[in-house]
Amino acid sequence: MDSAAKDGSKKQMASSQAIASRSFQHGIHPPEGKEVTQEKTIQRLPFPPEVVIPLAQHIGALAKAIVEKKQEIVRGEAIADPGGFVSVAMHAPLSGTVTKIDVAMVVSGVMTPAVFIKGGETPEEDVCHGAPVDVDAFSPREIVAAVQSAGLVGLGGAAFPTHVKLTVPEGKSIDTVIVNGCECEPCLTTDHRVMLEQMDDLLAGIRLALRATGAPRALIGIETNKPDAIAALREAIPEHDPISVAPVRTKYPQGAERMLIRALLNREVPSGGLPSDVSAAVFNVATLAQMGALLPKGQGLIERVVTVTGGGVERPGNYVIPMGTSLRFVLDYLGFKGSARQVILGGPMMGPAAPSLDIPVTKGVSGILVLTEDELAALPKKVFPCIRCGKCVQVCPMFLNPSRMGLLARNGQYELMEQAFHLNDCFECGCCAYTCPSNIPLVQYFRMAKTANRKRKAKK
Amino acid sequence: MLGLGVVLSTVLAVANKKLHVFEDPRIDDIEDMLPRANCGACGFAGCRAFAEKLVEGAANPAQCSANSSDMTEAIAALLGVTVEAGEKRVARLACAGGDNVARSRAMYMGLSSCRAAAQVGGGGKGCPWGCLGMGDCRDVCPFDAITFDEHRLPVVDEAKCTACGACVDICPKDLFEIHPISHRLWVACKNRAAGKDARAECDVACIGCGLCAKDAAPDLISIESSLACVDYSKNDTASIDAIQRCPTGAIVWIDSEKGAMKGAKAKKIERETPLPVG
Repeated sequence: MDSAAKDGSKKQMASSQAIASRSFQHGIHPPEGKEVTQEKTIQRLPFPPEVVIPLAQHIGALAKAIVEKKQEIVRGEAIADPGGFVSVAMHAPLSGTVTKIDVAMVVSGVMTPAVFIKGGETPEEDVCHGAPVDVDAFSPREIVAAVQSAGLVGLGGAAFPTHVKLTVPEGKSIDTVIVNGCECEPCLTTDHRVMLEQMDDLLAGIRLALRATGAPRALIGIETNKPDAIAALREAIPEHDPISVAPVRTKYPQGAERMLIRALLNREVPSGGLPSDVSAAVFNVATLAQMGALLPKGQGLIERVVTVTGGGVERPGNYVIPMGTSLRFVLDYLGFKGSARQVILGGPMMGPAAPSLDIPVTKGVSGILVLTEDELAALPKKVFPCIRCGKCVQVCPMFLNPSRMGLLARNGQYELMEQAFHLNDCFECGCCAYTCPSNIPLVQYFRMAKTANRKRKAKK
Repeated sequence: MLGLGVVLSTVLAVANKKLHVFEDPRIDDIEDMLPRANCGACGFAGCRAFAEKLVEGAANPAQCSANSSDMTEAIAALLGVTVEAGEKRVARLACAGGDNVARSRAMYMGLSSCRAAAQVGGGGKGCPWGCLGMGDCRDVCPFDAITFDEHRLPVVDEAKCTACGACVDICPKDLFEIHPISHRLWVACKNRAAGKDARAECDVACIGCGLCAKDAAPDLISIESSLACVDYSKNDTASIDAIQRCPTGAIVWIDSEKGAMKGAKAKKIERETPLPVG
């Protein structure tokens, strides 16, 4: 980068930070760790010899497999139908043969039904399934149906079926589509790269989302630590367009749905409610970029951009990875470095640790973070008693009292946590546990309490 | 002041007479005769609620599985009912994968609780169905009937177990079941993976070979997704013969004195130390 450009980008950063007073209250600012991969353009990984497609890659009902053992399939062909309204279709990420339909381990450590596909001689042959369609002629209802059969889910990590969010509940209306380009999780750069490199697809996707929801405007929320994305998108959007860019402060968890609505619209989603209750709908940038790219071609979601990073990876970067590729294949190809010890799917704040290297990359995996023994040793481990310092209360973006809930959880008073302390409003962002000087595993306590409460209610 | 005191005490005295609620004194007596563990095994919300139901005649003293038989008889005598004693029931664990025989695929480092660990990639144990061995069942048992052996595996003391079901509810892997003590044939495994995969994860896993089904009475044991399942409605036909040829010792015969007995052909487990992770 020459010095003039450097100056320019600095100025840009300063100016965008000046505008970006929009934010939510509380939260934290952990080290970003994005410098390793944010400049790296998206690259394609070679095709794996075999993929495992779990039928539960999304929140909601299992997809129903529509292929049989030994069936020959072509890349892009649908292999599973949605198993209900809150469920999506699945497509073959490579051409080959279905070897079996069996159970496979997913990141939660649970065995779930999955389709196993062995690549043929030309696994990467061009997608020939799906015919181009004229999306401009689609009605909102047709867009929603096309999104469901394209298998689109929230690619930010939650993997909630996108068509459900595009369906406006009766009696409600959406006045703003919020496009989530915050990427507040440290270390991840997929959304950043997607905004820079798949801008046309993204804008096409936003326009489709606007038509499906009937919203008059869209705001793209981007954290100020991505000034190049803010500038590039501003340049690409014509004047007087319903789409505009809204820089937001670099703060975790800015990218959480409720926090972003708070920051951009100053509205509060009611407890137990949905964004549609405050006339908003939030979509991740990668989701909309895929929507803009796939829908006109009539194709399904078969691959996604994943940031592979961390001290334990030889060649970190942003890679297009076919769904169902095992972590082992990805990491063997990119190379382990040093004493790689732990693999986290997603970002370091909310990502779950992988129980095995044989689990597949699924639609909700936005990052693969490999930590080394040294990095792990640097993390505080010893748990001390709560000293009531109140730091967790100061950072909780939902204004809960994690300290008190932690003490209740230790005594097994899960019901009280839900009734008197709004346990179910916690979305497990991890700010409390991050800031706790006593290293109390608060989020783990809360997850355990939620599960215990669910189990008790189911029994009743 | 004195006047006020007199007035208020009169009000209280009148209220005491007028608003008196008659409560059957037998409820207190019976509550004293119950173990007061409030375990809920009887199906009611604690010992007091059970005592009330007993006095109403809506329950039988034998429903309290935690009480001694003498006390149960005494309650029955007090109420003038007969004891409708069922068979003693106990909790049984469907896993035998201690740390010397079951592999771990990852090391779990979080909160020491099975329920917490189960949410982190299943807890890191190689077998996704297996016991995590962190003792949630032991901690919840109101009767101290669960202890841990040297390989981090829970052992149920049949004499102390009252079948209250607390362990059944708390185990995140659903490994406990309540069974009448006469159910002696027991598959101590829940691994539903194919034989080769199951054996790779645990030395004592059921590999679904079907030898036990062949050796047992017809239809007593069936193999469902590589796992032997006993049909306890045909428990009368069960015998120790069924376990003799089991190659891994996953199916056992639970003897009242000798504990879980493995078949003659079961591979001997010699390792005493935990298996390394990986």
